Amino acid sequence: MSFLSDLWAFLRVRRKFWLLPIILVMLLFAGLALVGQGSTVAPFLYTLF
Amino acid sequence: MDVLGISAFYHDSAAALVRDGRVVAAVQEEAFSRRKHDAAFPRAAIAHCLEAGGTSLERLAAVVFYDKPFLKFERLLETYLTTAPRGFASFRRAMPVWLREKLFQKDLLRRELRTLSGSGRSSRLPPLLFSEHHLSHAASAFYPSPFENALVLTLDGVGEWATTSVAEGAGRSLAVLRELHFPHSLGLLYSAFTHHLGFRVNAGEYKVMGLAPYGEPVYLRRILDHLIDLKEDGTFRLDQSYFDYCAGSTMTSRRFDALFGGPPRAPEEPLTRRHLDLAASVQAALEEAVLRLTRALARETGARHLCLAGGVALNAVANGRVVRDGRFDEVWVQPAAGDAGGALGAALAGYHLTLEGPRAPAGGGDGMRGALLGPAFEQPDVERRLAALGARFAVLGDRELIADTARALAGGRIVGWFQGAGEFGPRALGNRSILADPRAPEMQQALNLRTKFRESFRPFAPAVLEEEAGAWFELDRPSPYMLLVVPVQERHRVAEPAGAALEGLARLGVPHSTIPAVTHVDGSARVQTVSRETNPRFHALIEAFGERTGCPILVNTSFNVRGEPMVATPEDAFRCFMGTGIDRLVVGNCVLEKAEQPAALRHDQRDVVEPD
Repeated sequence: MSFLSDLWAFLRVRRKFWLLPIILVMLLFAGLALVGQGSTVAPFLYTLF
Repeated sequence: MDVLGISAFYHDSAAALVRDGRVVAAVQEEAFSRRKHDAAFPRAAIAHCLEAGGTSLERLAAVVFYDKPFLKFERLLETYLTTAPRGFASFRRAMPVWLREKLFQKDLLRRELRTLSGSGRSSRLPPLLFSEHHLSHAASAFYPSPFENALVLTLDGVGEWATTSVAEGAGRSLAVLRELHFPHSLGLLYSAFTHHLGFRVNAGEYKVMGLAPYGEPVYLRRILDHLIDLKEDGTFRLDQSYFDYCAGSTMTSRRFDALFGGPPRAPEEPLTRRHLDLAASVQAALEEAVLRLTRALARETGARHLCLAGGVALNAVANGRVVRDGRFDEVWVQPAAGDAGGALGAALAGYHLTLEGPRAPAGGGDGMRGALLGPAFEQPDVERRLAALGARFAVLGDRELIADTARALAGGRIVGWFQGAGEFGPRALGNRSILADPRAPEMQQALNLRTKFRESFRPFAPAVLEEEAGAWFELDRPSPYMLLVVPVQERHRVAEPAGAALEGLARLGVPHSTIPAVTHVDGSARVQTVSRETNPRFHALIEAFGERTGCPILVNTSFNVRGEPMVATPEDAFRCFMGTGIDRLVVGNCVLEKAEQPAALRHDQRDVVEPD
């Protein structure tokens, strides 16, 4: 949670809110890729992307 | 109040401990890991700093990291977006590391610190702060400087966004006034040429500087007309079509190669006239840019004191030009001007700016204490360690040790000299040094090829008694950190043989002064002045050598071989001694002669040398 609050504080100070969707999508991809590594989630990922 | 500074994860990891604003200890991780430019979390360096300060992580007022990862990530993302789709390959390589680790550096640092404290998740860690990269550099240059007020110019490759910054320091306060941003960077311009000349970026820049005097700056006009739009006040922009570091995986583009008449040189490929001229040209361009910057700053602000930091401030030739230019009364350069020094600056910035700790009156003193801030070994410990290695040594009294070593040096012997606390920063300053007689014409090549196993063109630096420096060099002030290149006094210079018309590397080996081993082909030297107060033992040795020979100067080069960090322990020193052309090793009061050591312990260090 501290990561998210730090990230929000950073975006607010820098006034770069437009980076938020990019970072979140990249983190989502990274998270799914990590979960999907050789697991039963893989087929689900293929249908998604 | 104790504050710990850390630099890590890019290159030159280090830790530094500051107590009430005074530097207690500072050391690079490479000293312990034995990996040059080690970028790993500096676990051993932190442990050493805490031990040297007699404290623990839990008792620190704060831990300060030397840059801001989110800001760096912002720069990366925006750069990739600007150059898309060209930078996709680089983006694909970089992002996994960022999304897995670097973006979560705060957690990573906390985890590492918890492991170090050994007290698990429940332990109380001090607050973890982050200082901007250039502020860390500026703090490392201003707070230890002898000035109450000063301008601080920081020049490096890149931090988060800033590549060039000007800060103003007054007492405890330090504020960045203005910045130039990535991708426009003097450090990266120099590194682009370092890459093109076949040397390693972030490591081979010294070689370009050392190579420059062999060439002529025939490409300077081309650099100024095409690569860099250099304004009168020193601000600049680089034409990115000649570079590839934003989107690609190398420094320069094909357009760069076409402009300078050939592809990049492969490592270890012979150096040609074109390479020498390119080195001379980029050095001239850098000096021109730095001089324009410092002149404009002096004109605009009227400041009398200047501090320099950042990797570019290790360019001692440019520093020498700034000093001789005379726009500032005094110039002070942080000896660990590269990223390792960022650890120290982060700790100082944390203490003075965030925790609002007072700054002791500068009083003209040097807060770096000669940069002798690393690990030290007591005499009984040295003897125990050497004996455990099977080394044969004699233990001499102080006076005898100095006289005997001076005699050996005057007799042409190469001496490994390991004393007191290790140096912080890239230079050996007389505690982890290889020493030799500067008067011997063949000494430079002998040291380069047989002892350091490195390129023959690389110059060596003189360590001269501070009180004698003016008699030998055109130098009117101390240069304790080997960060000023100045001319050798005319009366000690020797002209090249008439009609020889030597050029390029052919000038190597031709004496250019009465101290040829430390005089570069252009008659200059990267001087270290040694004072009795800062390093009494080294001072006494040079003094004894001077009394014996009439020359109060020694060749001083770092105690290591090419590709290796400086030796950090008596064991490292012994290993290096036994594998190289060093004739005698002095560790504390122990004296070791090569001929007396067991033959079985000899090895050829050349076998383990990695290209640097």
